[in-house]
Amino acid sequence: MMHFLAVYGLSLLGKTWQHIYISGISLGLGIIFAVPLGIALTRTKRTANIVISIASMLQTIPALALLAFMIPIFGIGVKPAIIALFIYSLLPILRNTYIGMNDVDPSLKDAAKGMGMTPWQSIIKVEVPLAAPVIMSGVRLSATYVIAWAALASYIGAGGLGDFIFNGLNLYRSDLILGGSIPVIILALVVDWLLGKVETALTPRTSEE
Amino acid sequence: MFLSMEHLNKTYPGGKVAVEDFNLEVEKGEFVCFIGTSGSGKTTTMRMINRMLQQTSGTIKINGQDISQMDPVKLRRKIGYVIQNIGLMPHMTIRQNITLVPRLLKWSQDKMDQRAKEMIKLVDLPEEFLDRYPSELSGGQQQRIGVVRALAADQDIILMDEPYGALDPITRESLQDLIKDLQERLGKTIIFVTHDMDEALTLATKIVVMDDGKIMQIASPDEILQHPANEFVENLIGKDRLIQARPSITTVGQVMLTNVASITPDKLLKEALKTMHDRRVDSLLVTDDGGTLKGYLDIEDIDYNFKTATSVGDVMHNDVFYVKSDSLVRDTVERILKRGFKNVPVVDSNNKLVGIVTRAALVDIVYDALWGDDDKKSDSEDTTAETAAADQGGDAK
Repeated sequence: MMHFLAVYGLSLLGKTWQHIYISGISLGLGIIFAVPLGIALTRTKRTANIVISIASMLQTIPALALLAFMIPIFGIGVKPAIIALFIYSLLPILRNTYIGMNDVDPSLKDAAKGMGMTPWQSIIKVEVPLAAPVIMSGVRLSATYVIAWAALASYIGAGGLGDFIFNGLNLYRSDLILGGSIPVIILALVVDWLLGKVETALTPRTSEE
Repeated sequence: MFLSMEHLNKTYPGGKVAVEDFNLEVEKGEFVCFIGTSGSGKTTTMRMINRMLQQTSGTIKINGQDISQMDPVKLRRKIGYVIQNIGLMPHMTIRQNITLVPRLLKWSQDKMDQRAKEMIKLVDLPEEFLDRYPSELSGGQQQRIGVVRALAADQDIILMDEPYGALDPITRESLQDLIKDLQERLGKTIIFVTHDMDEALTLATKIVVMDDGKIMQIASPDEILQHPANEFVENLIGKDRLIQARPSITTVGQVMLTNVASITPDKLLKEALKTMHDRRVDSLLVTDDGGTLKGYLDIEDIDYNFKTATSVGDVMHNDVFYVKSDSLVRDTVERILKRGFKNVPVVDSNNKLVGIVTRAALVDIVYDALWGDDDKKSDSEDTTAETAAADQGGDAK
């Protein structure tokens, strides 16, 4: 263990950073894209079914295959990896945003509208705050997926902790496989815990305690 | 006319007619109840007033202005809106909920804080509640907040969609009192949707009965009770209430006995006792020379004070409970019965004693109501001696 860290420590740090970078950007893009889309979909129910079906379909493509598909279009490296992971991150966020927004008590939306809120005010002041916990659990799910699958991105030359794992597989070296996998697991758990904190912070208070 | 609705029609896609040729004129300060079974179009009609729904044809005017020409968002901020499910925002404090519309109207923070305090006082809840969340309040308290939320921005018209439907009967009754009081005090115009005829009769100054999208009758509560326009309205009122209808419009003056045993305060107790004996009653009403009610005198008072006091004025009770001759029996019967009085003096608008209502007279009313003997008058012959303070015979005056 100490020996492993002594030899690979520095490179481990670098790869971990790459891993965080790839997953972070993919997830960030996913949130920026899927949350507004999910909100927009609640206004047009018919389109919503189609869009969510497409997102579900994209989710079923095997991760490795999706990464491979990216090569002819975007080449190899970080960019195609981020795009592939971004596509994966969409569905949980999109679906949870849609469900969360739809689950807001209709009488509250009715009250908001009836008291003279514009549709935008109703979304910002009422619907999004109340849907926040559901949206955030979608984000947490996506984050876990993206961090796990980012390990595969090394396959198309994007770097990250997957490099250790693939090297270990090629060289039959279990220490490298473990040296890559364990940090991925820790990373996923830490990020999930952090996002849990964010979720609590975003969940609106509904009582004094 | 403050609010006028002309030839309103609402047809849903698919051809279902929800409202058909609805016409209504509402004066400022009226309390209008829309009543009907579910699917009668009452809520649909109400929701057209704040443009939550768009009519297929017809016009709605507020203060002469066609609301279809107004910005719906601005219109709704001027119209209070109270819904059955209360609809308080669970993630906002009571203060934020009350000042929701003022905040949309961009009032200053000071003004909003002050308004929140005024409003919570208006519904008899403590100021500490302002910083609580809706989930920490009972259903009845929540709907009180729901009501003042609709008043906080000085809205002139308040729309209420079965606001008390989900509350227990006792809470409902106290909220009915509250809204009636607020409406009269603040001069608001209220459109109140309900399916409860009791509620409509209690609250409304004007009742609009609807069935299947059509108006069956528009009338005051008394008129509805006396002259239901058709069988539907009759059924909606119910047989029981039709029986009550008679006492409900009878005034106290019509049922009271007029020959009252009374005495003036300057008379001696000896004389009072003699009057009681002659008229076979156990108490006397005391009036001044002009006939204005001053108090009453009980046989026990004479018994206790016969040695020490001399005149009626020395021992009489000043705190006498009375009713006005033009008040409705419906409103007074319950009070009389509840307080357990054997009899209650009746005064005119100048506080002059004009008669007395005895429990025996109430028996007549209930008897008439149940068996519908229309010609029966509250004859004094029916009054039994032990329940009547005033009995047959000459007036003491």
